[in-house]
Amino acid sequence: MITRIDEKELKRQSRRQLLKLAPVAALGIFAFPKVRDRLVEAGVRFSDWAAGETFRSQHRAQTFSDSEVVPFEKFPYNGYDVLDPEVDLERWTLTVEGDVQHPGEYKLEQIQALPKVSQNTRHVCVEGWDVVGSFGGSLISDFLKLVGANTSARFLEVECVDDYYESIDMASALHPQSLMCYEMYGRPLDRKHGAPLRLQMPTKLGYKQAKYLDTVRVTNVLKAGRTGYWEDQGYSWFGGL
Amino acid sequence: MANDENREEEKKGSSPNSVPEPEGAGAGEECVIEATVGKVETVDAESLPGDATIALAEPLMMAERAEGCEAESNDEEPGVVRAAYEHPTAIRITHWVNAISLFVMVTSGLRIFRAFPSFGPKIPEKILIDVPKSLTLGGWLGGALQWHFTFMWFFAASGIFYVVYQIASGHYRTLIFTPRDVPGVWPMARHYFFFGPKPQQTGQYNALQKLAYTSAIGFGALSLLTGIVLYKPAQFSWLAFLFGGFHLTRIWHFAAMCGFLAFIPGHLIMVALHGWSNFYSMLSGWKREPEYQE
Repeated sequence: MITRIDEKELKRQSRRQLLKLAPVAALGIFAFPKVRDRLVEAGVRFSDWAAGETFRSQHRAQTFSDSEVVPFEKFPYNGYDVLDPEVDLERWTLTVEGDVQHPGEYKLEQIQALPKVSQNTRHVCVEGWDVVGSFGGSLISDFLKLVGANTSARFLEVECVDDYYESIDMASALHPQSLMCYEMYGRPLDRKHGAPLRLQMPTKLGYKQAKYLDTVRVTNVLKAGRTGYWEDQGYSWFGGL
Repeated sequence: MANDENREEEKKGSSPNSVPEPEGAGAGEECVIEATVGKVETVDAESLPGDATIALAEPLMMAERAEGCEAESNDEEPGVVRAAYEHPTAIRITHWVNAISLFVMVTSGLRIFRAFPSFGPKIPEKILIDVPKSLTLGGWLGGALQWHFTFMWFFAASGIFYVVYQIASGHYRTLIFTPRDVPGVWPMARHYFFFGPKPQQTGQYNALQKLAYTSAIGFGALSLLTGIVLYKPAQFSWLAFLFGGFHLTRIWHFAAMCGFLAFIPGHLIMVALHGWSNFYSMLSGWKREPEYQE
């Protein structure tokens, strides 16, 4: 609507309208290096909170037919320092501790004695690539039952033979597709993929799928700066898909 | 339009050829008084239908001639300008929040893309585009993701609020490209790119502008929806399916950014060419002397 307006009045109105944009200037706080790191970390925490709140604990990730699975050779090996930490597979046991009725050392056979689940699911890397792979193992929820875990505890912490460490929320651990994985492509895990036992959760990003598991801990408290190898450097802790 | 005719008439009537210039300082003062009276009457006339305006203006001009005094036309009176309040506060705020968050989303997004600059398989990985680090934000993948996961909320919130506001206020009619705008595209493109004549513009935006702004809203919607899929492909599996799966969605997400990268330079060049008053209107809402008629 074109109107005719007194020049002074136009300037007055323009200034008044300009001032209404003041709230936008608040975003300028992101230009200050001292506070911006904390702000974007808070942004990730908020996103994680929202993701955790909206996580559908029974909603299954897409599964694929055998023909859609990439060949074993095209499933990437990913590690943070060494790919093969030379786990002594003969003597390997899984240490279980924390809020559980039966803490102690568990053998691979005990885990393999649980009902086996095989699934073709998508493995998504935080970098952006994805592969459909074939995984076999026991449900984490079955394993937690076996060790008498308090499943109303909030977190599952894992430590790895290669000093990698991770933690996940209980809802994701109890998800019906979350595996204690000991098989890929119908064969026992090879060393570079995390033998003898790794996590495999199609509702989590790749860096959450810790390999060469050494210790599992059920807990209500995560130590600050000890929530996950990559998370402590700035990755999203929830890391959900 | 009636007002324009009115103004033309007044100018003719008050041309120095037909009216002798006043000489003394006293006569000049008298002129100012007359002009003020004339203004009041013309303003009243504006509320009447076009013909009535001319009819009223005529006796006024005759009176001016009789007084032997040059009257200022309503338009040229010092201190009165044509202006339009083009951009409501909600639009201005969302425009700038969107501009800032889009800058962050694109630069941090390019840093995320650098981690796997390909749309093919991981093995073998073929680098599609090597985005220079200097164009990116966040320093490393984790830092870039922090920016991306923070500003996605600003981007989404301002985008959704913008669309809801546009629809609720009806303001969208000024800028949404419809089939009716198709015939206007070529003359405008000819004017912009091949120095053709400038087509008569009736609304706030010309056909090319509508096309550009409508596309930009489309790029925003596409980047938001595909972003949701990339962020939570398992939770939003139905949306992932709609875009052809996770892998293809990543390409759509990139394509939406390319859309913005095509829009932004054109938008900035046009803003630079149209000068301060046009730019300032996105800050103050008011545009001085808009180049179009209503």
